[in-house]
This record gives sequence, C-alpha cells and structure tokens, in this order.
Amino acid sequence: MTRFIVRRFLAMVAVLFAVSVIVFVVFMVLPKQNPAQSLAGKNATPILVKNIEKEWGFDDPLPQQYLTMMKKVFTGELIQYEPRIPVDDQVKEGIPATFSLSIGAALIWLFFGLLLGYLSAIRAGGWLDRILTGVSIAGISIPVFLLGPVLIYLFANQLEILPNGRYVPFGEDPWEWFRHLILPWVTLAVLSIGFYSRVLRSNMLDVMNEDYVRTARAKGLSERQVMTRHVLRNSLIPVVTLFGLDFGATIAGTAILTEAIFDLEGVGNYAAEAVLKFELPPIMGVALYGAFFVVFLNALVDIAYAYLDPRVRLGESASE
Amino acid sequence: MSSPPLLSVRDLRVGFATEEGVVQAVDGISFDLRPGEVLAIVGESGSGKSVTAQSIIGLTRANNARIEGSVRLDGEDLLSASDTDMRRLRGERVAMVFQDPMTSFNPVYRIGDQVVEAIRAHRSEVSKAEGKRRVVELFEAVGIPNAEGRVDDYPHEFSGGMRQRAMIAMALALEPEVLIADEPTTALDVTIQAQILDLLEQLNRERNLATILITHDLGVVAEVADRVLVMYAGKVVEEGTLDEIFYDPQHPYTWGLLGSLTRIDRPRPHRLPQIAGSPPSLLDLPEGCPFRPRCPHEFSKCPQYPGLEARLPDAPDHRDRCWLTPEEKKAKRLVEGQIGLESPREARQA
Repeated sequence: MTRFIVRRFLAMVAVLFAVSVIVFVVFMVLPKQNPAQSLAGKNATPILVKNIEKEWGFDDPLPQQYLTMMKKVFTGELIQYEPRIPVDDQVKEGIPATFSLSIGAALIWLFFGLLLGYLSAIRAGGWLDRILTGVSIAGISIPVFLLGPVLIYLFANQLEILPNGRYVPFGEDPWEWFRHLILPWVTLAVLSIGFYSRVLRSNMLDVMNEDYVRTARAKGLSERQVMTRHVLRNSLIPVVTLFGLDFGATIAGTAILTEAIFDLEGVGNYAAEAVLKFELPPIMGVALYGAFFVVFLNALVDIAYAYLDPRVRLGESASE
Repeated sequence: MSSPPLLSVRDLRVGFATEEGVVQAVDGISFDLRPGEVLAIVGESGSGKSVTAQSIIGLTRANNARIEGSVRLDGEDLLSASDTDMRRLRGERVAMVFQDPMTSFNPVYRIGDQVVEAIRAHRSEVSKAEGKRRVVELFEAVGIPNAEGRVDDYPHEFSGGMRQRAMIAMALALEPEVLIADEPTTALDVTIQAQILDLLEQLNRERNLATILITHDLGVVAEVADRVLVMYAGKVVEEGTLDEIFYDPQHPYTWGLLGSLTRIDRPRPHRLPQIAGSPPSLLDLPEGCPFRPRCPHEFSKCPQYPGLEARLPDAPDHRDRCWLTPEEKKAKRLVEGQIGLESPREARQA
C-alpha cells in the first residue's frame, strides 16, 4: 500500500509538471502579442513593459523562460502589476472563504445525497422512492443562479432570519461565519445532493443483483446487514471517484457562481474579476492553483479507491 | 430409508407476477429428503430447479412472488415462517452453495472475514479471532492448502476451484442439516469438477448431510446422487432412484438428456445428439404435456396433461409424466442401440 501511495504521488507531480508546461505554452509562447505586454495589463506604460520583459527574461531560450516563470510562482513573485499586488497573497486571502464554502457544501451534499440515495434504493419502487426521485430531479434541474437569489429573497429579504451574503472569517466570529454560510452551502449543495442520490440509488440497485448479495442473504445476515455491509459498501466505490472529481472542480472553479451571488471574497471571485479585466498574472496563478487541487484530490481518490477496492492495489503482492 | 424425512416439500408452486403475466416457475413439486441422502434436481435452464431451491430457504420472497404448497423442515413449516425465523435458519440449518464462485464472494472483503461473518451472523458470542481459527479448520477440512495463510486473501487471489472450496467451507461453518448446492461445478474445469464432487460426497457421508444437488449435467448426477428429480417447464416429469433414471428412464425428455451425454466408454457419434427446439415460454405453455412440441413420439393422447404416476408395476417410487406404455417406451428410447431421443426427422421417416 505504501508503494502504491508513493507511486501515485510521483504520478501527481508528473501531471502537475505537465500542467505547468501547458500554462506556460498557452500564456507565454502561443500568443502573438508580446507576453510582457499581456502581463503588464491594458494601461501599462512602455517602461513597465520593458522592465517586465527583462525581469521575465523573454529574450532567453524557452526552457529558461519556463524556469523563470516557475521560480516566480514558487517564491511568490508572480505579481499583478497594475496595481502591484502579489497574486499568491490574493489567492491566500480568498482561500478561507472558498474552502469554507466548498468543504461545508461538500459535507452537506455527501451526507444528504447518500442518505436520500440509500433510502430511495432500499424502498425502490415505493412511494418514498418516488417522492425522493422527484426531489432529486428538482434539485438537479434548478440552476445555481436561480436558486441563490430565490433563497436570498426568501430567507434574507422576506423572513429576515439569515444574512444575504458576505464572508465572516471563522476566527472573528464562528457563529456569524456559520450563519453567513448557510445559504451559500445550500445553494452549492442542492444540485449535487440530487445528483449523488441518483447515482447511489442506481449503483445500489445494480449491486443488489450481484451474486454475492444473494450469498450474504443465504448465510443468514439480516436485511440491514446485507444492505449496509454488502450493497452500500460496494456501491460507494464509484461515488468516491465522483466525489474526488467534483470536490476538486468545486474548489477550482464551480464555486465561482455561488461566491459571486453571495459576495464571498473567495478565490473564484478573484479569478472571475481577473478574467473580466484580462489580468494575466492572476489568471495564471488561479489556473495553477486549480490544477493543483484537482490533481491532488484525484490522487487522494485513487488512494481511497485502493483502500476500498482491494483489486485496485496493483503490483502490491508482487512488491511485498 | 424408513427414517422420517428431514425436509419434506409438498406441491410447491412458485409464481412471479410480471408485466406479461404470471410466470409459474415452479408448478407443483413434491419430494422428501432424508439425512445422508443426495437428491439431484436435473433440468435445462429455466426449468425451475434453482427457484425451487431458493424458495426452500425463502430467497424468492418478494412482492411479486406467489409461493404456495408446503415446505417442512423437521415438521416445521418454512413457507409460513416469519422473515426473521427464515433468516435464523439460513446458513444455520439449511446452507447453500452457488454456481459461480467468481461472483459469489464479495470482492472487497477478505475470504476469511466473509466466512467469519457467516458464523457471527448466528453466533454473535464468537469473537473475530475465534471465528478465524474456526475458518482455518474449515478450510483445512475442505482441502484448501496452506489454510492459515489463505484466510486473509481476497477472493480475486483465489482460483475458481479454491473459491468453491471456500464457498463449501462457508456453507458448512455452522454444521447445517441440509446443504443445497446449486450448480456447484458448472463454472469449473472438468478436473476441478471431479474434485469438488468428491468433496461434496465425502462431506455428505461424514456429516450425514441431507444434500440437494441442482444441475443440468447428468454426468454429475451419476457420480453422487441417490435419487433424481427431472424437471421440465416447472414440473417434475420423472423421478426415481439413480439406477431407475439411468437404466430404465421412462420419459422422453430424460432419454434426451441421457442421449446427449458424451461417454468415453462408447464410440463417439459423428454429431453430439441434442434435444431439438428449446424449452417453452412459461407464459405460453402448450396444452397437455409441456414437452410435446419437442417430442418426436407425440401421439393423440399428448394434448391431455399426464399426471406424475408410477407406471411400472414393480417400481412404485419411479414416477413419470408420459402417456406411452412401458413397452412402447422400451422400444422407442433406443436409438442406435443406446438410450436417446430420436431427432424429429428420423422419427418422421420411421
């Protein structure tokens, strides 16, 4: 298992390297425009452009340019020039809000998605299943940009029981942090609750037809033991993959809409603004940040997968 | 064979409601099983043999299933028993071995743990460590080499034959009185089949197990069975002792099954004989004898449904459902000097 983990992390480093090369090529090599001009921003002075050209070494051979860029990324010298703000400061500033939102929403969608999916599956065809199916489809169908404003209107403007947005740091006031995040969490989670409950339900119905489930019944396990230990356990394996991908994508970008609706100063909001103003350094920074989390979470998923499904632990017996 | 039967099935009928109508998968099956006896249930796919077996331990209970008749274990009626009582009985008193050992173990748990789970489902006082010691003993008893080292393996690390041995070990874990083996050798290589059959026979003898062996392979039956039930389209078409079925078969379907066996003690035919056609849909059974459309010996009486009766004066327990007289049967079942079913073309020429 240790070998598997080490191998998986080496692969992760390789993928991140590839991603950084792609970022370099897309932003620095391919565009016809002078990259220094793009980095400097729309209203940059010629002197600033000249300075950036020198600082980034755009006369050097491409591998050298790549190394210069990566050095800047790792030492925090990737800078937005107009006004001069280091990109990593901005990303770091946005991380608490984005992580609070994403992790909270992920816990909610995982819990309710799996709960509803499980109930639906063990009552498949019954009235509870039909109601939950309707609820799930409704959840999948409502877009975030509709659900967010509707929730704000109902709970913040009409009932006035919850704030309508803004992020309060946890360290400042945990209770307010929690209150301010309830609506964003729900908004971000609803789609996935519907989706995960559907996925788990159909996985479980597939697994229920497996021979080993019949074996489990034949050896005298109770229906609940059969459902949890055999059906649910095996149905969760594909859900883990899905969750790793979805959670990575949420942190790296899907949360943007929710952050914008609720005015949370997160990484997504920062990226959205940078894209609108076409500020190259933040876009590059956020692209690398996003890639890191997607790839990292994927590696975690693979490891979790190997833990959940022994058949995945390839080469383990050969090495031990 | 005068001891009272351990398991007694009377007029068992199992039907499933489907969108196209009720599928009567098992249509009035009766048999008795005594300790130490091996009863073989033989038939093609869809003849109802697996449904019969699973209904005995309540695995076919479902909203769309209608189960009638009676199944008594030591006098206690199982069809009317509660789900909880049936759960207690499964594995503990009646255990089952399934066809495909590849898919019958959960791939994500260690094999030993799955056997321990079976023990602890009924004996919660057994600790996991104690359970594991018990599993090692069981694995040794069913001939798994290096049992101590294999209990912590996952199913995919076992070969097919070893997995089936582990399956049998699991079935024996609580020393059941009845063992139901549903096509236990079908998914295995021929050499491994023989080993598994030997094992089943040995266990049957040593532990005085009452065994129901479900198979489509008369070769398997010949090795271990005491009595044979031949099923077709949910009904028993012939029943008798092993010798009666093999040396004096009365029903044309049994002739067909026997004729399609390959035998090494006889010259090889140029083509493997087969029974023409395929089993009828249970939703659309022919009137009278269900085998009629495939039978080359059909005659005017066949549209009447034949009862399961003893038709030979000196064999009261040898019953069949065929209208032909014993003398006609004796003549018609010989194809090129051996028992078999003529192909419809040959029958027409004759």
